[in-house]
Amino acid sequence: MNIPVTQATAATAVAAATDSPRTAVSNPPVQPMASNLGQAAVVRSSAGGPVAEQPTALTKVAKLIDISKCIGCKACQSACIEWNDTHPAIGENVGLYENPHDLTDQMFTLMRFAEYDNPDTGDFEWLIRKDGCMHCEDPGCLKACPAPGAIVQYSNGIVDFIHENCIGCGYCISGCPFDIPRMNPVEHKVYKCTLCSDRVAVGQGPACAKACPTQAITFGSKDDMTTLAAERIEDLKGRGYANAGLYDPQGVGGTHVMYVLQHADKPSLYNDLPDDPSISGVVANWKGATKPVGLAAVGLAAAGAAAMALFSRGNRVTVEDEREAQLLVRDEMDSVPGSTGRDV
Amino acid sequence: MNIDLSRRGFLKLAGAGVAATSLGALGFGEAEAAELAHVRDFKLVATTETRNTCPYCSVACGIIIYAKPGDDGKRRVTHIEGDADHPVNRGTLCPKGAALKDFVNAENRLTQPMIRKPGATAFEPITWEDALDRIARALKDDRDANFLQTNEAGVPVNRWTTTGFLAASATTNETAYLTYKVVRSMGIVGFDNQARV
Amino acid sequence: MTNSWTDIKNTDLVVVMGGNAAEAHPCGFKWVTEAKHHRGAKLIVVDPRFTRTAAVSDYYAPIRPGSDIVFLMALIRWMIENDKVQWDYVKAFTNASFIVKDEFGWSDGLFTGYDEQKRDFDRSSWDYVVGDDGFAVTDPTLQNPRCVWNLLKAHVDAYTPEMVERVCGTPKDRFLKIAEMIGECSSKTKTMTSMYALGWTQHSKGAQNIRGMAMLQLILGNIGVPGGGMNALRGHSNIQGLTDLGLMSNLIPGYLNIPTEKEPDWATYLKSRAFKPLMPGQTSYWQNYPKFMVSFMKAMWGEAAQKDNDWAFHYLPKLDVPAYDMLRMFELMDQDRVNIYFCQGFNPLLAAPNRGKLTRAFSKLKLMVIMDPLETETARFWENHGEYNPVDSAAIQTEVIQLPSSCFAEDEGALVNSGRWLQWHWAAAEPPGDAKLDTWIMAQIFNRVKALYQTEGGVFPDPILNLAWGYADPNEPKPDELAREMNGTALGDVFDPKDAAKMLTAAGKQVKSFAELRDDGSTACGCWIYSGCFNEDGNNMARRDNADPSGLGVHPKWAWSWPLNRRTLYNRASADLNGQPWDPERPIIQWTGEKWEGNDVPDISPTAKPGEVMPFIMNPEGVSRLFSRGMMRDGPFPTHMEPFESPVQNVFNARMRGNPVARVFESDVETFGDASEFPYVATSYRLTEHFHYWTKNNVVNAALQPQGFVELSVQLAEEKGITNGGWVRVWSKRGEIRAKAVVTRRIKPMICDGKPVHVIGIPLHWGFVGAAKKGWGPNSLTPYVGDANIETPEYKAFLVNIEPAVGEAVS
Repeated sequence: MNIPVTQATAATAVAAATDSPRTAVSNPPVQPMASNLGQAAVVRSSAGGPVAEQPTALTKVAKLIDISKCIGCKACQSACIEWNDTHPAIGENVGLYENPHDLTDQMFTLMRFAEYDNPDTGDFEWLIRKDGCMHCEDPGCLKACPAPGAIVQYSNGIVDFIHENCIGCGYCISGCPFDIPRMNPVEHKVYKCTLCSDRVAVGQGPACAKACPTQAITFGSKDDMTTLAAERIEDLKGRGYANAGLYDPQGVGGTHVMYVLQHADKPSLYNDLPDDPSISGVVANWKGATKPVGLAAVGLAAAGAAAMALFSRGNRVTVEDEREAQLLVRDEMDSVPGSTGRDV
Repeated sequence: MNIDLSRRGFLKLAGAGVAATSLGALGFGEAEAAELAHVRDFKLVATTETRNTCPYCSVACGIIIYAKPGDDGKRRVTHIEGDADHPVNRGTLCPKGAALKDFVNAENRLTQPMIRKPGATAFEPITWEDALDRIARALKDDRDANFLQTNEAGVPVNRWTTTGFLAASATTNETAYLTYKVVRSMGIVGFDNQARV
Repeated sequence: MTNSWTDIKNTDLVVVMGGNAAEAHPCGFKWVTEAKHHRGAKLIVVDPRFTRTAAVSDYYAPIRPGSDIVFLMALIRWMIENDKVQWDYVKAFTNASFIVKDEFGWSDGLFTGYDEQKRDFDRSSWDYVVGDDGFAVTDPTLQNPRCVWNLLKAHVDAYTPEMVERVCGTPKDRFLKIAEMIGECSSKTKTMTSMYALGWTQHSKGAQNIRGMAMLQLILGNIGVPGGGMNALRGHSNIQGLTDLGLMSNLIPGYLNIPTEKEPDWATYLKSRAFKPLMPGQTSYWQNYPKFMVSFMKAMWGEAAQKDNDWAFHYLPKLDVPAYDMLRMFELMDQDRVNIYFCQGFNPLLAAPNRGKLTRAFSKLKLMVIMDPLETETARFWENHGEYNPVDSAAIQTEVIQLPSSCFAEDEGALVNSGRWLQWHWAAAEPPGDAKLDTWIMAQIFNRVKALYQTEGGVFPDPILNLAWGYADPNEPKPDELAREMNGTALGDVFDPKDAAKMLTAAGKQVKSFAELRDDGSTACGCWIYSGCFNEDGNNMARRDNADPSGLGVHPKWAWSWPLNRRTLYNRASADLNGQPWDPERPIIQWTGEKWEGNDVPDISPTAKPGEVMPFIMNPEGVSRLFSRGMMRDGPFPTHMEPFESPVQNVFNARMRGNPVARVFESDVETFGDASEFPYVATSYRLTEHFHYWTKNNVVNAALQPQGFVELSVQLAEEKGITNGGWVRVWSKRGEIRAKAVVTRRIKPMICDGKPVHVIGIPLHWGFVGAAKKGWGPNSLTPYVGDANIETPEYKAFLVNIEPAVGEAVS
């Protein structure tokens, strides 16, 4: 016997896909649904890729991660794997609860655990942070990406990778202030959290937010999530967390994934969450430049330097350019934990 | 590791002129145009939905199982998600529940009866008929040989202690009740379930 | 659970002690975060480790494994000393005023009547003084020094905050802060809930741990009220159902009992179950026992169960020992006294204590039958897996038959959650390959055995040949047929006992509820507490209306809850002596002046006047028990007992090892270790990424927590030269394991009785089959001894040693 979900009386009707979903608490549809995330909703595209002239005006969305409610259960990781059909490797224990040990091209989100002896209270705290793409309003990855249309931003704020356009150069990795994207060394394409763009496109919230047992992860409009965060911050202040606050860093224009932190004055306590993230000057400048800029003039970092060199030399790529770029990317990749291919 | 920047990628890259904003200006011909932005096809389309309950802990979260016919024509589970209508879990699932699909479809699911003969180093297949007949024969013989009808005082005790049964903890009430009837009717007292531990 | 998962949102204070709800029951724990978020509730965690539950707590305190009774009795002492008592509740709804026999007493850690040779108490003095009228003598003023309240005060006097620090290793200031937070819940409008699990049960005195908290909850007036209760978080999805249905050596469905040899006939059996009220005018619901029992016998044996054969009483086995529980059966197996053993969805090689003994015992079986959807270590106990299962296959003469069964996604039926909700589910897919439904497998085995008895005859075939089996397809009884059988059916017309002319249910119809069951053979019912689950209204377990009109998380039309769709047990106690809710903001039921009504099904007769009939109708006293009479083998009050393996001596009695009445088999006496050889306290537990030994077969969960490890403090690691992520060897008197070391500040050394005590945590999810890395369960190390009342093994406190290990052995 098959009991259709419509038998239930609950008001969990599928949100109309004409605008962004306002919750992750709903049962997905199985009938064909129109996607509202396509070219028509693209507001930014990497390397001059196509954007919509009059993009669909979708409500800005956000995922709010309330660390004070997070029990570090990894349901978000599990739901992410199942929804996205990824296959993280079965590794080993290296003395940590983090498994896989880092984000990988097969693991778009990761619980990171930090043990903290709070000097102010004398209490021990276990700070557990769900790491993953922050979906920056001003995305460093997109700005760094030299492949047209490989990284796009939709009008609801989601930053998504269009893998057909990805050239596997890895510049997005160095462009990301949060160290999120990871290279698939077999496909030579970079992967990260999509904010479940395929779900959001049909009115569903991200799989992690739906699964999260304690609703430490919630999803909705950015306005609603900001309001909810304020409510939670007030509660935390009442419990003695005087510095509780919202993490929505303005250095990247704000983010579409935000945290409620017990210690918002010290984001770095949470496994090195950047205190004040911003897009590196290298990346910020090269996309905005209207004319070639000399390498020396801006003191570029290695990866950025290669990109800039390519951009500034017109239409021809020399063998030397290619070799140089390979070397630079290789250096960059080797410095990124978890992108060494061991999890494939 | 070797990052292989493809020639095509480099050509595209090279074509990306500074401040260019359109494909045409990038120097791409029609064939070289970037793939337009799109999201993955919604993968639950045309699946069947069935209400079920997570088999792990006693929260007994509501789940919806999405399935469609596999290559053999049998309905196969393709996805499992929390039931948002369920008053306890409200659609949420823990890391076990969220991965239930890979329990149902685990490589270690048993698919045929097996027998390990005394002293053997491996299982070998056996038919259901043979397996069940062997079990029934062994039960009958052991019961007839060891069933205690009365104790020393002559009180009818009708118990059988040389065969025991450990019952599951995730089967349905209906399976459990049928199991109870079968085990009790035979006089088995070495009867226990996971609640013990 | 006395309450439901959703009811937790009504609480003001959550105490997680003896459990780790966030990790083991994450989606139920959501109601804790809900109560914190929307009610301002606080969360206290008391645990040897700083768990993931502690990570979201408001206050945490460490405790040495196995010392919980000291902590709990000290809390009771503190409540009494500081007048944090819900007096109206205590005086009216508990046995505080009952006078206890003069002979009862306690000294040197032991209650009166101890017999060291028998390892048992003579419990005759642990009872009330009963007057000539047959009723218990009470002193409502609580002045009599022999009343339960004064005896309790005397009993807990030794459990000072200093004693907590000394025995539990909990800093005194941490204990006092927790006592203050809990004390606030003695208010009539503030409630505390207790969420516990195997952290309390897996001790040789597990049941007394739980009693300790139950007593505290009664003193605070928190039983039966919304947001309160004793909430046992059951381990498996239908462990509640399996318990309800009595799949245990000594049980009959609905918590009825298998007779013992001391009950040689039906009359004697019923005589000890008269349940005469101990107070005037009280309801003693178990007086209906004969109706439930006769109806069960009719469900089992139909026409063969008749009044003139005592309802086929002798078809039931009679026990010569309290129970042939799992531990006794493995002991008998090891003595070569068991020939055949079935494991239906159970993996005892990793689930029962002392794996070495288990392997030895299984190797003496003639036949082992496995029914499981998955590979298990038990099914392959004979297979050599190097150091992970170092057996000589050729020497093991056990035949093993492994039958592939369906899993949840492929079958239909009900599971009972921890809140006693029977939730029906439907099949979504077909079993893989040639796997079969469990019901089919059980029917096949039964029908074949029956056929052999039919053709060959044999010893006492009657209960087999006469087993009621009226299923449409005898080879495959259907879930709805079985559910209807459990609900119960009228075999003859059932009439109203108060009005013989009024027919309640006609013959052949489903009974509405257990109120219609009769002891004259006119009804059949497989499990009385489930009666009402599938009546003439249909399959109530399949209901899916999630409305919650009261807003209190009752959800009365979602599935069906036993008994009678009641969601909170003892809910009569949520109202005062006038029948009005203690807290008007959380009214669950109330007395209208004529009857009880409200948001839940009242747990009392609808017309029982509030000042007359007390709430605890399953007790002949009508009240709850702070003093449990002779109901438990190890005492009417919880008293501190050390684990069988402990780093310190019992402060009350240095000679006492473990629980003085816990069963110890002779062959196991030599397998207990001492602190001199095994100086560290080990405790076992689950991790949230895994479910027992199942999910190591799941590639996703295996990726999230791939490999076995143990957890230890930074201090112990330094002392032993153990590095984080390195290999260690951990061994007890019974065996050894190798694992990775997780060195953490979440476990800190404690000082107990002046000595440092180190705790080593041993998660339990790895074995030698599955997708995860091979490893060992803690049961390679654990002692073969169980709780004195229910034989749950002592996994939460035992002794080990540890050292760094080098390299990975080749397997």
